[in-house]
Amino acid sequence: MTAPERPRRFLRRRGGDGDAWHAVELARHQDRPYTLDYLARFCDDFVELHGDRAEGDDPAIVAGLGSFRGQTVAFVGHQKGRDLKQRAYRNFGMPRPEGYRKAMRVFELAGRLGFPVVTLIDTPGAYPGVGAEQRGQSGAIARSQLLLMGLNVPVVACVIGEGSSGGALAIGVADRVLMQQHTIYTVISPEGCAAILWKDAGEAKRAATALRPTAPACLALGVIDQIVPEPGGGAHRDHAKAADMLGDAIAAELEFLDTLPPLERRRLRRQKFERMGAFIE
Amino acid sequence: MAKEISVDISRVGTEAGQTETAANRTRNTCPRCDSHYREEEMVTNLRVCPHCGYHFPVTARERIVQLTDEGSWSEIARELHSADALEFVDTRPYPERLQAAEQQTGLNDAMLVGSAEIGGLPVALAVMDFTFLGGSMGSVVGEKVFRAAELAIERRMPLVTVSASGGARMQEGVLALMQMAKTVAAVDELREADRPYISVLAHPTTGGVAASFAALGDVVIAEPGALLSFSGPRVVRQTTREDVPDDFGLAESNFRHGHIDLIVPRPELRDMVARLAWLLAGGNPYRRPTLIPDLGAQRAMGRILGGARRRITDMLPDRDGA
Repeated sequence: MTAPERPRRFLRRRGGDGDAWHAVELARHQDRPYTLDYLARFCDDFVELHGDRAEGDDPAIVAGLGSFRGQTVAFVGHQKGRDLKQRAYRNFGMPRPEGYRKAMRVFELAGRLGFPVVTLIDTPGAYPGVGAEQRGQSGAIARSQLLLMGLNVPVVACVIGEGSSGGALAIGVADRVLMQQHTIYTVISPEGCAAILWKDAGEAKRAATALRPTAPACLALGVIDQIVPEPGGGAHRDHAKAADMLGDAIAAELEFLDTLPPLERRRLRRQKFERMGAFIE
Repeated sequence: MAKEISVDISRVGTEAGQTETAANRTRNTCPRCDSHYREEEMVTNLRVCPHCGYHFPVTARERIVQLTDEGSWSEIARELHSADALEFVDTRPYPERLQAAEQQTGLNDAMLVGSAEIGGLPVALAVMDFTFLGGSMGSVVGEKVFRAAELAIERRMPLVTVSASGGARMQEGVLALMQMAKTVAAVDELREADRPYISVLAHPTTGGVAASFAALGDVVIAEPGALLSFSGPRVVRQTTREDVPDDFGLAESNFRHGHIDLIVPRPELRDMVARLAWLLAGGNPYRRPTLIPDLGAQRAMGRILGGARRRITDMLPDRDGA
């Protein structure tokens, strides 16, 4: 995509500083449904699978097989905790390499048995810890993307909260990428961006505005394919309704993707990402 | 993403008022052992401190001279420029930052791509330049990696990348993030076409570059002492309050933990890439040319500054005095 005129006009029209920061706050709302909340509501059965078969099990990523509207689907999603204890247990939704390796194990299984893959993205980023680095954080994130890129089964990803940095994208390579209405997708958290560019994490609101992380902005930039509506006021107001709306959107995408021949689908997925970017030649 | 870049290669002394000599004095002083070198010595030593082995940073142009056969480099996609799709403004507008970086480095973005020969074998080559906005990956770097992969597939060559990057370019927002997936897609194409890929990691390779194409080489080589991590040590310390070991994220630590194949000092890098490229090509072994240790620094320097794309050892007079 060269010099995208459409996004530019669109972005210029968008409102002031409040917009983006409001989206950040809603995306992080503590009462928002998390991955397991959605799975409990829109799967008729779900069995969580554990462990990466090498190092351990990462509670910040949930993976497993679910029965979704009459077919088996492999689900992988970031998981945050609601109370203090749960938050610490889930490591605030920040995965370690074991989490990505568990995800890869389940992607591979789905590819082999022909189950569609659905990923739910909700993370402030991959965990920046000494051990995580030593166990290969970068390699795990890169390989997870590569595996998703080459799967022969349909893949749908949806941002259901915070989609921050490579920690989010690691499970975000898909045929169709969705974002719920009040979520964000960004290269770095507004706080991190502010700390680097403004040398002051307190400038997070300005950074949020500059980063354009909202769903409409991502749609205009060609990064996502569809915005999934939420109940009035946001998903945290009505979990049941939010799950219905998300489930419907995913089901519709899966139905469409099922009509494409596997190799063609895979080629289109790769092409979709190869076309992303804005440059002048 | 590029939460931190713990590397101190700010272009000290290039501000107005300071002479070229003063600039060189700071830039060419070894931070590890305080030895100081003239610019010509730096060039002939491939910017490795002969006293302690410290590897100074290398610009993309100089890296290409160091790595490729004389006169074999041919650049593609030279005219790619970043478009400011987000109209990003922090303390300065993004286009202003781009322009300043262009003037400072003479590059259009943080990567050069093209074809070259290494040890007589044609390769597609992509080299990053840390001096251009911290080697950050935006739409142009993503597209260049993609084109380098396409070139490799088209001409049935291996792909060689040399990374030096703080990570994704924040000023391009989520589009910068997507360049990770884009470069991964390029690697996926390479693999489908059975083209081998050698990834060389220089100091520093962190964030979005470390977690995309740079990690996916069939063979991954690092330079000694290079910082190779997803998050930098300062972010780790601040976020987790953990004690960060002295060798955190360094090439040596990555080697110990099994994340890279080899650590190769810069003077041996060209030969190692050539040997691997020949082995991966599946044919005859690479035959190492006779190297000439007596380097005519002054001449080599003149050639490089004059823009000649030559390998230093190749451009020197024959040892036998020819």
